[in-house]
Amino acid sequence: MPQTIIEPETVPAAWPHRHLLDLERLTPEEIRTILDTAAVLKTATEGCRKKLSVLSGSTIVNLFFESSTRTRTSFSLAARRLGADVIDFSAAGSSLSKGESFIDTAKNLEAMGIDAVVVRHQTPGTPHLLAQQLEVGVINAGDGPHEHPTQGLLDIFSIRERLGDLSGITVGLVGDIAHSRTARSNLHGLIKLGAHVILCGPPTLVSPRWQEVGVEVSHDLDAILPRCHVLNLLRIQFERQSTRPFPSVREYAHLYAMDRDRLRRARKDLLILAPGPINRGVEVTADVADCEQSLILDQVTNGLAVRMAVLWLTCGRREGAA
Amino acid sequence: MGTLAIRGGRVIDPSQGIDVVADLFLRDGVVAGVGPQAAGKGRADDSIDATGMIVAPGLVDMHVHLREPGREEDETIETGTASAVAGGFTSVACIPNTEPPIDTQGIVEFIHQKAARADACNVFVVGCVSRNREGKELADIGQLVEAGAVAFTDDGAPVYDAELMRRALEYCRMFDKPILAHEEVLELSRGGVMHEGLVSLVLGLGGMPAAAEDVMIGRDVALAEVTGGRLHVMHLSTAGGVELVRAAKARGIRVTAEACPHHFTLTDECLRSFDSNFKMSPPLRTAADVEAILGGIVDGTIDCIATDHAPHALEKKMLELDRAPFGIVGLETALGVSATRLVASGRIGWPRLIEAMSTLPARILGIERGTLSPGAVADVTLIDPAMEWQVDAASFRSKSANTPFDRWTLRGRAVATIVGGRVKYRLASNA
Repeated sequence: MPQTIIEPETVPAAWPHRHLLDLERLTPEEIRTILDTAAVLKTATEGCRKKLSVLSGSTIVNLFFESSTRTRTSFSLAARRLGADVIDFSAAGSSLSKGESFIDTAKNLEAMGIDAVVVRHQTPGTPHLLAQQLEVGVINAGDGPHEHPTQGLLDIFSIRERLGDLSGITVGLVGDIAHSRTARSNLHGLIKLGAHVILCGPPTLVSPRWQEVGVEVSHDLDAILPRCHVLNLLRIQFERQSTRPFPSVREYAHLYAMDRDRLRRARKDLLILAPGPINRGVEVTADVADCEQSLILDQVTNGLAVRMAVLWLTCGRREGAA
Repeated sequence: MGTLAIRGGRVIDPSQGIDVVADLFLRDGVVAGVGPQAAGKGRADDSIDATGMIVAPGLVDMHVHLREPGREEDETIETGTASAVAGGFTSVACIPNTEPPIDTQGIVEFIHQKAARADACNVFVVGCVSRNREGKELADIGQLVEAGAVAFTDDGAPVYDAELMRRALEYCRMFDKPILAHEEVLELSRGGVMHEGLVSLVLGLGGMPAAAEDVMIGRDVALAEVTGGRLHVMHLSTAGGVELVRAAKARGIRVTAEACPHHFTLTDECLRSFDSNFKMSPPLRTAADVEAILGGIVDGTIDCIATDHAPHALEKKMLELDRAPFGIVGLETALGVSATRLVASGRIGWPRLIEAMSTLPARILGIERGTLSPGAVADVTLIDPAMEWQVDAASFRSKSANTPFDRWTLRGRAVATIVGGRVKYRLASNA
């Protein structure tokens, strides 16, 4: 029997922005609005499987200056689930390789009558610069090691789905904090929602100065493990490092990999997240990645919900608009 | 040429310890003197009413990238010197990281000719320390001195090889020329676009730690000590560097230092805008570093103010932050920013500012400028110390407009720039 899908009509007034550039500059209320909207859309699409039509007639462009498969696919699917048309524009083989500037590229796309660009770029701040130059919405899909706001939101959404309110929850972000946009978006979002955040890794990847933004810094995973309700295991980004920040992968895994043994010493209800792609055996062993407490696949589904919410909030019809 | 009388201004000449309201007389391109006894016979041929103005020896900027030859899309000697006089500078020293670099007599000659043709301000040439600026062997320093080079640098980059730096300091002793040093350990700043600190951490931008500058200053101070050569630290930006220079001076080592207006005005917080007009090397540092630089200017650890005027065409700066080049223009804002930050704030008086922007840079370069003593070349800058004005990058005479100070309101501005007794710039009275 066909079920009636209840579609939201206008974007809540609590969301005033045309862009989503980072979580650092959002208020806790705005973050909650995105998460609540994601929950509504996840239900309305029956777990992100059914299509809605709230963005039909809209065109979203994935403008990826850096290669990506899963984030681009997730944004594309999210846009299609809302009825929007999606165009993929990747740097390889385009005018970018002919020396065109990123601003010119984006302005050209804008002139074709699109509604929003989803931008991935290797340099921090590039989506912010585009947002100053373009009339259409700009959604940051990762700007170098700076932020990856939808990844942060989907991680938080996944935790919230299991634990409810985040206040009083301790979340450990483990690994390559230095090069991780996921870590930055997570820590800003988690702090704003009242969680206690611990950054954990070797000093070459986790600067003690992070304490100045209100998080705890540790270099000893075993010491913090019993206190964590959630662990988010960040990938070691070998490709971004000029000199290796630890002596060997073996030594890193010995000190920081989440394995069975460590899992036994953690809280029984510990939740494990990993933003992927994961290096099995480096940040997390295969058995732990696939254990019951792992939210890794929930994260992928929730990524759709969060990205639907972000697309709709930035591009959807507003109260009073024609 | 006749006599030009500059009447009723506050004549400040730190080289003679003069600070007096009086008339200044220029005759046939040289300074005749201050006060009625210098008036000479008969009426002056021309006069400027300088009531309420400061009359100073022409400002000297010892760190300017004129870009010509090789990067005329950013600046030329003509536009750069026009920019200089509009900022109150009567002399600039041009840095040799041109294409080709200034490492032969021929290129020095080329610059002198172009400067003569532009006929705006004096251009003093800084030659390369190393041949082709490659950091491998010394350039023909003696021949460059013969052609008129006043100092040596590989700026844009440090002299990386410590032994080459030692030889340069040693060799230049016989000419009494300073080595102007860009202090940076490249391995420590590699991939960096801004100061390494909390802001770079949060923004995920590559950092250039203060230690990259401090370590190299430490090396060069030690080399200056062992050789007895003259070290001039360019664009000093760190609190640690100020301490090193202060300690070196206390030990009697021949070291001088300059600071740029942006380094004692802006901090790394500005990079939160991701605007490449806040990207330069050395980078904008922290509030504590800014305080240390200000303190160094007040107590004389930092001798002088220089712009590191580094023009880049708009299309080069409108790139992603890591692809945009380092550097900002400074000639047309340096006096206003310095006067606002240093004098209007009460940290120093006008005599010290003029010493830092004229007398001392001239002395470090060993050029006969920066003074109003009788017989000196008549380079004079008239400054309205009370004028409030707004920076308008679009109206710069420089070919480039890459400034972080656009739309800033500043207090103090050059209203006339006189080079060799001739007025080369006058601010339109309605400006």
